[in-house]
Amino acid sequence: MKILVTIKRTPHRDARMRVAADGKSLETGDIAFEINPFDEIAVEEALRIKEAGKAQEVVAVTVGLEVAREQLLAALAMGADRGILVNSGGAAEKQELDSLQIAKTLSAVIQSEQPGLVIMGKLATDDENWQIAPMVAELLGWPQATFASKLELSEDGKTAQVTREVDAGLEEVELTLPALVTVDLRINEPRYASLPGIMKAKRKPLDVIEIEDLGGLADLGGIGQSCVRTVSYRALPAKEKGILVDSAAALAAALKERKLV
Amino acid sequence: MTTADVLIIVGPTPSSPRKIDRAAIGFGRKATDCISGELDLLLLGPAAETASSQFAHLGARKIYTIGHADLANYTAEAYTHAVCDFTSERNYRFLGGSASSATRDYFPRVAARLGIPMASEVLEIDQLTADQAQLVRAVFVGNLLATLSISGPQILATCRASAFEVPAEEVATESPVEVVTISHALALAGKQFLSLTEQTSDRPDLTEAEIIVSGGRGTRGAEGFQLLEQLADQLGAAIGCTRAVVDSGWMPNDLQVGQTGKVVAPKLYFAVAISGAIQHMAGMRSSKTVVAINKDPDAPIFEIADLGLVADMLEAVPQLTEALKG
Ligand SMILES: Cc1cc2nc3c(=O)[nH]c(=O)nc-3n(C[C@H](O)[C@H](O)[C@H](O)COP(=O)(O)OP(=O)(O)OC[C@H]3O[C@@H](n4cnc5c(N)ncnc54)[C@H](O)[C@@H]3O)c2cc1C
Ligand SMILES: Nc1ncnc2c1ncn2[C@@H]1O[C@H](COP(=O)(O)O)[C@@H](O)[C@H]1O
Repeated sequence: MKILVTIKRTPHRDARMRVAADGKSLETGDIAFEINPFDEIAVEEALRIKEAGKAQEVVAVTVGLEVAREQLLAALAMGADRGILVNSGGAAEKQELDSLQIAKTLSAVIQSEQPGLVIMGKLATDDENWQIAPMVAELLGWPQATFASKLELSEDGKTAQVTREVDAGLEEVELTLPALVTVDLRINEPRYASLPGIMKAKRKPLDVIEIEDLGGLADLGGIGQSCVRTVSYRALPAKEKGILVDSAAALAAALKERKLV
Repeated sequence: MTTADVLIIVGPTPSSPRKIDRAAIGFGRKATDCISGELDLLLLGPAAETASSQFAHLGARKIYTIGHADLANYTAEAYTHAVCDFTSERNYRFLGGSASSATRDYFPRVAARLGIPMASEVLEIDQLTADQAQLVRAVFVGNLLATLSISGPQILATCRASAFEVPAEEVATESPVEVVTISHALALAGKQFLSLTEQTSDRPDLTEAEIIVSGGRGTRGAEGFQLLEQLADQLGAAIGCTRAVVDSGWMPNDLQVGQTGKVVAPKLYFAVAISGAIQHMAGMRSSKTVVAINKDPDAPIFEIADLGLVADMLEAVPQLTEALKG
């Protein structure tokens, strides 16, 4: 079986983004980028399934600009076998791709790759859209299990049993493959790429496909228009500076005085 | 042609409206105010029909319920199918709901099936016309607000419950209820629900609570949490925690507050032995008053605390509980 994982290039998890003077873009000059933390977890999960002998190949896919090659290489360095960069350069100059367009692009790649399992992050930490994975599953007509904290493939490799972290607690579902799973934080602890891993990554296949050349999009009704654009950013309103009290008794008094308790 | 009407979707439907359901209706009202339309409510799931009377005084023009057998156990696939069957014959301008683990799971499927744009976890509706919307939402771990422009005759959006409140007074007229029957199967063959293990607690739910007492890694587990529970008992508060605490197995996952946990905005939030990582703050920074207790005066949590106490929680928390008794 082949497993396909999706990768998004995102600003470092602890970066504090600032709005540029035009109010429309972000200052990214000094920002380090990384694989979206949840996608790193997705890669790790795919590698563990392969190492357990239940998959033969792990393919990492990203939709983005040429710079996203860096994150694909990072996934290859962790151990993924092959990378696909769908270059949205031309499209991105004209328009911002929205979630549904990225979902369609990923679905077209999945249809041509025909993996048995797609593993994605439960969200991308930059836009925090929480959208693309269920959209992909719907476009493919596949079953999904989002927010997985445990993923187990059956011995015959036909089904997957997934534990999901939901608002009320933990839910268990069974999916018949092919299926799509999104991973949550607690499913695993991603490995660091080793030095030999990093060296090997440079020799692994990494295909670049121009988005315009992506066969299969037509079957999905074409990539369509971008309907969602970010027109401006602003910082959160500044918070008034709080006060420090010097004892638990003073804290209790302050809470009572403010009628909070 | 779409109408100027708004549909708020609740599902799986609880036995009575929660804070997040009322907020969804507040969100829907905001939308109808912009386009002078009417608000309908769609309740999905086994409890939909019996619970409909509990939703009848929230100002909806009409309440529709779908209680199909395939919705008895939640699956994204069946809920998506039900919503799409319902909306395909009715041209709502705006489909909405509250962000939850369920709507994060099935709303994007609905958007993909209908081929319409979606906005997640909206904080403000700036503008809504027949074919354009401007919505504000948080991005980059809650550090920035982005204004989205969304084009098209129909959109789907979820709101952050903390951002929309419904007026407390209830509407006198009762919304009429229509039970919608769908005669075909809704479930997808490849998906099987197996079980749901719910965390039960006598305490208020995190997303409902007025006061939350939240603990971090510095509680060192049971020892510290026992003290936090005593404080929570004294205040009638809910208990929350950080990712580090759940990862350590000290508390169940449904109590995690943050970017990847629950987003809360109570009147009072106690952050005890919590450093204040941006991912945690993303889930609680809209709280009205934040109290931080931490032994490190440089902990980032103090940057957003209204009241701060630099102290060892093992000593300070029992003292605080005691002082609040008087
Ligand atoms: C993609 C991603 C998503 C994440 N999502 C979330 C999320 O949803 N929610 C979340 O919480 N985190 C999340 N995190 C983790 C987050 O980055 C932090 O690691 C986590 O919040 C730290 O938890 P903490 O404050 O309990 O622990 P620490 O950072 O270890 O802080 C412990 C604090 O306790 C204090 N302390 C120690 N002993 C005492 C004492 N006796 N008395 C008083 N104070 C004491 C210390 O001074 C310190 O400030 C996420 C991280 C990533 C990468
Ligand atoms: N440009 C992209 N290329 C590949 N995968 C993506 C891209 N954007 C988002 N994803 C995937 O979709 C998941 C959810 O993202 P989102 O719905 O944007 O929160 C991420 O974890 C990624 O795996």
